Amino acid sequence: MGHISIYMILLIAVLTVGGFFYNKSSALNKFRQARAAAGGKMALSSWHSQASYHGYFTAWLVGLATLAVFIIGLFIQGSGTGFNALWLAAMILTGLAVIILTGRQVSGQFRARTYVERFIKGLLIFLSVIAVLTTLGIIASLLFESLRFFKEVPFTDFLFGLQWSPQTALRADQVGQSGSFGAIPVFAGTFLIMVVAMSIAGPVGLMIAIYLTEYATGTVKKWVKPAIEILAGVPTVVYGFFALLTFAPFVRGFAESLGFSVPTQSALAAGVVMGVMIIPFVSSLSSDVINAVPQTLRDGSYALGATESETMKKVVFTAALPGIIGAFMLAISRAIGETMIVYMAAGKAANLTANPFEAVTTVTVQIVSLLTGDSDFDSAKTLVAFALGLVLFIITLLLNVVALTVVRRYRAKY
Amino acid sequence: MIDSNIKFTCRDVRVHYGDFEALHGIDIDIPDRGVTAFIGPSGCGKSTFLRTFNRMNDTIDGARVSGQILMDGQDIYDKNLDPVLLRAQVGMVFQKPNPFPKSIYDNVAYGPRIHGLTSSKAELDALVEKSLRRAGLWDEVKDRLKLSGTGLSGGQQQRLVIARAIAVDPEVILMDEPASALDPIATAKLEALIEEIKERYCIIIVTHSMAQAARVSDKTAYFYMGDLIEYDDTDKIFTNPGDSRTQDYITGRTG
Repeated sequence: MGHISIYMILLIAVLTVGGFFYNKSSALNKFRQARAAAGGKMALSSWHSQASYHGYFTAWLVGLATLAVFIIGLFIQGSGTGFNALWLAAMILTGLAVIILTGRQVSGQFRARTYVERFIKGLLIFLSVIAVLTTLGIIASLLFESLRFFKEVPFTDFLFGLQWSPQTALRADQVGQSGSFGAIPVFAGTFLIMVVAMSIAGPVGLMIAIYLTEYATGTVKKWVKPAIEILAGVPTVVYGFFALLTFAPFVRGFAESLGFSVPTQSALAAGVVMGVMIIPFVSSLSSDVINAVPQTLRDGSYALGATESETMKKVVFTAALPGIIGAFMLAISRAIGETMIVYMAAGKAANLTANPFEAVTTVTVQIVSLLTGDSDFDSAKTLVAFALGLVLFIITLLLNVVALTVVRRYRAKY
Repeated sequence: MIDSNIKFTCRDVRVHYGDFEALHGIDIDIPDRGVTAFIGPSGCGKSTFLRTFNRMNDTIDGARVSGQILMDGQDIYDKNLDPVLLRAQVGMVFQKPNPFPKSIYDNVAYGPRIHGLTSSKAELDALVEKSLRRAGLWDEVKDRLKLSGTGLSGGQQQRLVIARAIAVDPEVILMDEPASALDPIATAKLEALIEEIKERYCIIIVTHSMAQAARVSDKTAYFYMGDLIEYDDTDKIFTNPGDSRTQDYITGRTG
């Protein structure tokens, strides 16, 4: 390998482009000869593809063939870095051979365009298959690592256990620390923070969307919309330290003034800040949906003597409801997957509680802390991260599927 | 001066969209019962004029109406008059059928519900049935009142929209090219419906089809480039128009 590969790739490019121009011009020449021979007036069926398609056809074949030689060469050469004359010669000869062979094909009857279009279709299929395979690969790796984890810890203990302390003894002589992997507190924490976040982002985002689409004048829209979109552009880590350093102490101070003693890190602090973070998400998705409700429906309602707010509540909102539910579902899956804010502001103690003033931990936080630092990739302590990831993945997948089905099933036909 | 046979008295009605004057001072008296048709080529201002009668132009940014429109002697552009109340009396049917994405029943019940016209479920049921019957749709939908109104055919949707307008018991029904999205059979049904209900309401219909205007209307107004060119009994307009421009339009030489 090494730098020689770069030259080889350049060579492939040169051969491909060269092949394109060589065969394009030879096709053009043959076409002109044929036209001259026919006295300037050719039958429609006598020449199928334009010259550039003959060029593209050659380019495709040259590219694929030389790429094959390149890859075979890489395998044979292994890790050697020296200059390999045989490899170079094979490459050039293959390229030239393909150019000449396809050049001979050029004729009025040869359907170069059909083949080129087939190649392109193949390329598109290939690329989409890659995307699908990547997803499948991720799922498979989650699945297999989780299965390894479930060999050590029973499935039911993980899914229904109420105790979460994933520390196991690394050496046989260590005391205690047998580890317990009950995931309920972790998921409960995630759920609690999600509820707090959505109770902020849901109403606020929806109201913003309604105001911007139905009531705001042009100037207000011009300033408010970008301002909200800036919220979406703030990096989550900034939200995280805002939550930790500004909002959490405020929450604690407020609770103390009421006579409660609460920790700095709390579900409330993380949840509220996360809610603020997903406001633009909810508001922009919902305002798209509300905008999509046709004006004729609003007119119909006004024409019956309905006021703006009656029209909004009874016609526009109901027409947009499936889309709004979809937007909420997507926001929820966003909230569940969010890591940085909760990592900084929610704490790491796996408390099983419904009190938002307590510190809780979430799935994402646990995955991060399990996989960072000293860890041995075969212990249950690290493998449990995959199990957590798998369950989280299934939950967000289900949410998305449900969201899409709801949107599709109840989509209003205007 | 209130003539009991006149519903709308319009004097020097002008409509501006921003700087553009779409209507240049219209004077017209619309009779209390029967069908008045507005005809004219695209962009002549007939739809704009129609929308002044229920103040739907208020919902368009930059639209401004001046002049005077009296309904039963009352200025409908009076500052103290709430357009919402006006629209309860002046119903409107649009070019494209626009049933709400609700059940057939809820579509018709929408107006009565927001205006609180009925005091019990039974009364509302009766009103919905009466409105659907009047719109000639009852027999087709009585078994599926709970199904979505958007699932009906185009012609049925348009009659549903008429039933919805009738349900709030208006005095006037405005129709903005109500048949332009319908096939000939649905159009025929719609015209039969208009014929049937015109004894009860003041109906103003904008149409592109001169044949339709001739078939359904009692009076016809011809608009051209924001001016009212001619307004007379429909028979007179189509047989013996007073203005050469009207003559050109109805014989197909312009427009």
